[in-house]
Amino acid sequence: MGKQGGDSTRLIDEQGLRLDGRKLDDLRPIKIEVGNLKNADGSAYIQFGKNKIMAAVYGPKEVHPKHSALPDRSVLRCRYHMSPFSTEERKNPAPSRREIEISKVIREALEPSLILEDYPRTAIDVFVEVLQSDGGSRCAGITAASVALADAGINMRDLVSACAAGKVAGQVVLDVDDTEDKEGQADLPIAIMPSTNQVTLLQLDGQLNNEEFNRAFDWALSGCKKVYQLQREALIGRYFGKNERPMEIEA
Amino acid sequence: MSAVKKIFVVEQLRRTQMSELLSRGIRLDGRGFSDARELSIETNVIEKAEGSARVKLGNTELIAGVKANLGTPFPDTPDKGLLVVSAEVLPLASPYAEPGPPDESTIELARVVDRGVRESGMIDVSKLVLVAGKHVYAVFVDVSILNVDGNLFDATSYAVVASLLTAKIPKYILDEKGLPVKTDEMVPLPIQTVPVSMTMARIGDHLLLDPTTEEEALMEARITFVSDDRGNICAGQKGMPGSLTTDMVLQAASTARLKGEETRLLIKRAVSNA
Repeated sequence: MGKQGGDSTRLIDEQGLRLDGRKLDDLRPIKIEVGNLKNADGSAYIQFGKNKIMAAVYGPKEVHPKHSALPDRSVLRCRYHMSPFSTEERKNPAPSRREIEISKVIREALEPSLILEDYPRTAIDVFVEVLQSDGGSRCAGITAASVALADAGINMRDLVSACAAGKVAGQVVLDVDDTEDKEGQADLPIAIMPSTNQVTLLQLDGQLNNEEFNRAFDWALSGCKKVYQLQREALIGRYFGKNERPMEIEA
Repeated sequence: MSAVKKIFVVEQLRRTQMSELLSRGIRLDGRGFSDARELSIETNVIEKAEGSARVKLGNTELIAGVKANLGTPFPDTPDKGLLVVSAEVLPLASPYAEPGPPDESTIELARVVDRGVRESGMIDVSKLVLVAGKHVYAVFVDVSILNVDGNLFDATSYAVVASLLTAKIPKYILDEKGLPVKTDEMVPLPIQTVPVSMTMARIGDHLLLDPTTEEEALMEARITFVSDDRGNICAGQKGMPGSLTTDMVLQAASTARLKGEETRLLIKRAVSNA
């Protein structure tokens, strides 16, 4: 996350358009596909701007090591990982401190939506693999992971939809991309359960005054709701769409 | 097996008792919902460190130490010094703490505290440069947690901030060959603001500032906001596998700003007495 200053004025032009031509409150193009990984119990692939992220769910399944099982609920485990080729400079494949933190907040963002009590003594593994990163990979990862959990048929209260707002060249913007993230002044990723407006992830890097914070929060919430519509459409397309493969019935 | 059951029953009893008390506006230790525990800060407690602070927040106790030397900048920020915050929950700090590499909670703790200090611009890292692209000051703040009784996020942040405010680091100069040499002169860090972290726990419909271990055991979600001395929010983090309403988020942000101001005065007073 950049500091104030630098050559940040060019991030937004005189017409109020951003580097990639978006207006202040536009999302990047988003595409969600459901169920492309055959081995996984549930999977989803998302393109969110230049982000290309695969999410897979395995479970509910037996827990290893056994002592980590819980008698009254399932254990949700989550791994967010960036492929070495996903960034400008090669990323060391070993999990970084950043990835460990993001794995934790993604797990905590998804957990409120799941009815884990329905699967005692089991584990549910969620893998989020960033194949190409742009700004906002944690939000895109959560969005894909929630769709993958639905695809896996895990009982849930709601989907989890995520989106960030931020501050770039002194202005509040929706959905911060890579350049804006590095050269901008603030990034506020949030995730919500859209039906109840419950916030399940919130992080903030960078300075926002009271008014900016309120506007960024508000915009991020509306961004999440747009993402939610795309998640729904992707799931409906997968299971009810005309040109889609019929649902596979397990033996 | 019986041990598991017993803990479960006790936890249920505590939860019932606490939610009953909270519905009457009472916390177990008698504090109001937006009251922090007593904060004491002692600075320069470790002579060999360039700066240090021992912080007690209720029964949570820890020490932060600053060490500084000359290093090479990151390739993408050649004109900025380095600032690195890390934390360790020592095995002597709690019956549940174990030796070993930091777990995800400790990594999160260090990263959130680091984020608050970094994003507030507390230290003007552009002034920590000797030769851009080659030699910059590297400032390390390490926190050793000595006793855990809840709210490590805020206590750690206060210790890091107090130790940086009082730190004096060795000044380096360039010799005639252009090589850096350490001098005997000790200089304070280029401070721009005093960030203050405020963490709240959500239990049921209530937000409790500065939760104890007992309250943390029952919290559904945790939210931290860091404010600077102009009233900007400069870092935030929601934690724990529960959710918050949007109103709670806004309430937490405003509490962080208001209560942060009180704590900022306490920190400034503590370091000026040093």
